[in-house]
Amino acid sequence: MKTLGRVNGIISNIVIVKADGAVGQNEICYVYCGDTRMMAEVIKVIGDDAYVQVYDSTRGLKIGDKVEFMGHMLEATLAPGLLSRNYDGLQNDLEKMDGLFIARGSITEPIDFERKWEYTPLANVGDKVTAGDWLGQVKEQWVDHKIMVPFVMQGTYTVKSLTPAGEYKVTDTIAVLADKDGNEYNVTMVQKWPVKTPIRCYVEKPRPSRVMETGVRAIDTFNPIAEGGTGFIPGPFGAGKTVLQHAISKQAEADVIIIVACGERANEVVEIFAEFPELIDSRTGHKLMERTIIICNTSNMPVAARETSVYTGMTIGEYYRAMGLKVLVMADSTSRWAQALREMSNRLEELPGQDAFPMDLSAIIAGFYARTGLVKLNNGQTGSVTFLGTVSPAGGNLKEPVTESTKKAARCFYALSQGRADSKRYPAIDPLDSYSKYLEYPEVASYLDEHIGKDWVSKVYEGKTIVQRGKEANDQINILGDDGVPIEYHERFWKSELLDFVILQQDAFDSIDANCPIERQKMMYEMVLDVCHKSFSFTDFEACSRYFKGLINLFRQMNYSEWQSEKFFDYKRQIEESVSNQLSK
Amino acid sequence: MTTRAFQKVYTKIDNITKATITLRATGVGNDELATVGGKLAQVVKIMGENVTLQVFAGTEGLATNSEVVFHGEAPKLRVSDNLAGRFFNAYGEPLEGGEPIEGEAREIGGPTVNPFRRLQPSELIATGIAGIDLNNTIVSGQKIPFFADPDQPYNAVMANVALRAKADKIILGGMGLTNDDFLYFKQVFENAGALDRIVSFVNTTENPPVERLLVPDMALTAAEYFAVDKGEKVLVLLTDMTLYADALAIVSNRMDQIPSKDSMPGSLYSDLAKIYEKAVQLPNGGSITIIAVTTLSGGDITHAIPDNTGYITEGQLFLRNDSDTGKVIVDPFRSLSRLKQLVIGKKTREDHPQVMNACVRLYADAANAKTKLENGFDLSDYDERALQFAHDYSEKLLAIDVNIEIEQMLDTAWTLFGKYFSKDEVAIKAELIEKYWKA
Repeated sequence: MKTLGRVNGIISNIVIVKADGAVGQNEICYVYCGDTRMMAEVIKVIGDDAYVQVYDSTRGLKIGDKVEFMGHMLEATLAPGLLSRNYDGLQNDLEKMDGLFIARGSITEPIDFERKWEYTPLANVGDKVTAGDWLGQVKEQWVDHKIMVPFVMQGTYTVKSLTPAGEYKVTDTIAVLADKDGNEYNVTMVQKWPVKTPIRCYVEKPRPSRVMETGVRAIDTFNPIAEGGTGFIPGPFGAGKTVLQHAISKQAEADVIIIVACGERANEVVEIFAEFPELIDSRTGHKLMERTIIICNTSNMPVAARETSVYTGMTIGEYYRAMGLKVLVMADSTSRWAQALREMSNRLEELPGQDAFPMDLSAIIAGFYARTGLVKLNNGQTGSVTFLGTVSPAGGNLKEPVTESTKKAARCFYALSQGRADSKRYPAIDPLDSYSKYLEYPEVASYLDEHIGKDWVSKVYEGKTIVQRGKEANDQINILGDDGVPIEYHERFWKSELLDFVILQQDAFDSIDANCPIERQKMMYEMVLDVCHKSFSFTDFEACSRYFKGLINLFRQMNYSEWQSEKFFDYKRQIEESVSNQLSK
Repeated sequence: MTTRAFQKVYTKIDNITKATITLRATGVGNDELATVGGKLAQVVKIMGENVTLQVFAGTEGLATNSEVVFHGEAPKLRVSDNLAGRFFNAYGEPLEGGEPIEGEAREIGGPTVNPFRRLQPSELIATGIAGIDLNNTIVSGQKIPFFADPDQPYNAVMANVALRAKADKIILGGMGLTNDDFLYFKQVFENAGALDRIVSFVNTTENPPVERLLVPDMALTAAEYFAVDKGEKVLVLLTDMTLYADALAIVSNRMDQIPSKDSMPGSLYSDLAKIYEKAVQLPNGGSITIIAVTTLSGGDITHAIPDNTGYITEGQLFLRNDSDTGKVIVDPFRSLSRLKQLVIGKKTREDHPQVMNACVRLYADAANAKTKLENGFDLSDYDERALQFAHDYSEKLLAIDVNIEIEQMLDTAWTLFGKYFSKDEVAIKAELIEKYWKA
């Protein structure tokens, strides 16, 4: 018997329901408003009163309207056919919805239940299996989509029978498992999992040791993010958070990318809808959309579903990780998620923490970031979920609760600075404030030694010192005047400018410069360091700035030229010539 | 509104605050309208039998025995082609008399366009103002506010933009508009012979502030009628959104909600987003473009209202008085149009993006030179040239009284480059320099 209830109070999208039976925290229920059936989640229970947040507008809802409790939490549907889809925060397929507007109570299937998949078994009859073990696989786009023992199945099972290779629907039984008492369970290709619970079907979570390439120099060269790592991008509006996220989502070296558009602008998602089906992933030669899943809950869509969208994205990410894949989950912006929590907490009249955010904000954010990671699966293979979130700090002030809580949870910090954005130095990642904790990992250092070049990490720190000293020199120049400091100060400043313009800045809208593979990053960075090691002679400070402006221009032309083209090498020759002419004797 | 036979009339109000009343009633729907002692009100909270209503015109003069009649529906606007050329109040009733509009009654604040059904905005909206067209190009389906101090001529600039943009309909949503400004808009539109393309929903400073909360939804319901049903290009002007947000704060305060930053309600972001996100490019060719005004206090953009707005809108336009030229300019540093990338260099000449960036970079160099000068340091030759460039750039391109075609703007920029700088100082792709450089 399902628990039923009646609406007994309405405050915006919080509805108080008088229930006639047991109600679980976070249980899903449906609220009926006339013919419309709206999904809601229990967020607080006091006596018979269940406080539910409705994932829709409560306009017209009346006292006494019917509520039906479902007996389970909000679940994601996990099965072949998730890739390339565009979901809302509750995993409704937006493409399948009729009409221009999203009607209230619209519910669509997240996958295609009629489609047949080319299935091959991987396990053998008699195998002992546990949750997450691979039973078979289907080809989804170009990904080997593993069909796993459902994550909810606890304990060890024996494979009783396996369906032979062939074409099947996701709901067809592909294996029969037996528990130790001989009870048999049919396994299909589709399973469900509550989105707010982490999927823990792995042996261990080692420290990340490999770097995930993004094609963005300021990240890969200066503050690399590890595969299975966490990072966040705080920045005031207009600093280029979204452009940076889009660049990463296009270029990152990952098998599956999940983009969660969480409470942001619809036109930004439309940009992905328009571009991704056209763009080709240079690494695989496949369309970008084929490896992408979009969870889209824009700012005008229901607030409660916004909160859920990040969990839906993470759950799908964990599902693909369990197949041994490299997954990148990105959320823009996690501040909107935190604001959704704030709106709820406010309506529940909870005592507020700082800036009216709920007291447990920090714990919620930490818990979410903890779901990422590189994992070793039961069969010894590895999979990973890397997470990159943006944060939109109120007033651009990084001392606000969401930024501070996230800083404690994430290991890479890419601070976008208003000053850099104002002077159009994009990406506006501040080279001094930003950091990657992964540079301190010995595992990562040895990975970089092997994959990029010897002593790479110390070279990175050298670059940071150059930027730091350049800034100090510039401060001195500004205080004492151009003539008031030795020419060396100007030289020091201009060397940091060279590094800034050539390495840190990158034109996300230029077809060539937008994506810089690691090999090219290495070459450019070493050329810049090389110039920085030299000492030059100038007659006066104006000659110094003139010289470096010219040099920067040559380097930039090189960035705009096709990799290893004739033009590319021509600019390189010009740079070398220019440098050797200007060296101090 | 007259009472109908089946409507239940309540005559006992339990609580009255400055903006809300609470009474015991049954069968009431959330968001439903009611008339309270002749004033329009909307249900904002229901707890069992207790129904709380927000009274738009304020509760002055209401008594515990005032008559409360529920309408059984959310606020609606009657839509038809006859909306064009008319002026309405916040409730959608014609101002200055005139026949009420016949047509379908539509709920305001309706559902969201499915993001998957939207099209990517791609049509440039030319305004003739180089501070906008060159540096911060506006695209149909975009939402962008002017961030301006109260003393700046934002309403005049907005009226200008509206008239030059080739829109099928212009919908004005005036919130807390002074009567003078209201008459100004009316006169400008009349003089331009554009009245038949314009629909206005106006709440002036003489009207109660809470009424303002209805204005954007009214304006956008009308906009959706013309854009969705008729496939027209609609431009919506919302001024002043700061006063709208202030009204939100008043209501949330009266309902004892815990305020977040700057005494604004915690839901400010979602409340504003619901309005701005109505901007859309539709598959039928229709579009809604929103140009709004958010007034700042002392240029402070970290205040919750401009801050939340900035995160929602696709850029912002800053007006600033330029002391060098004595003109009001569109600030090239702080202004931004996020959608410009969709059109510049694609719908406009290929050199547009690089010329735009070079101009701003050189203007920044001039700003540094100016700081140096103020600190009493000698200027280098480059600094001097940058300063001269900045003066010309400000006067010929950034000033809001400029009205030229985009190609002319680009040519003007190249002329200025040639006049003050060498080729490598402007740092533009070599191919473009070869093609466009003016010695």
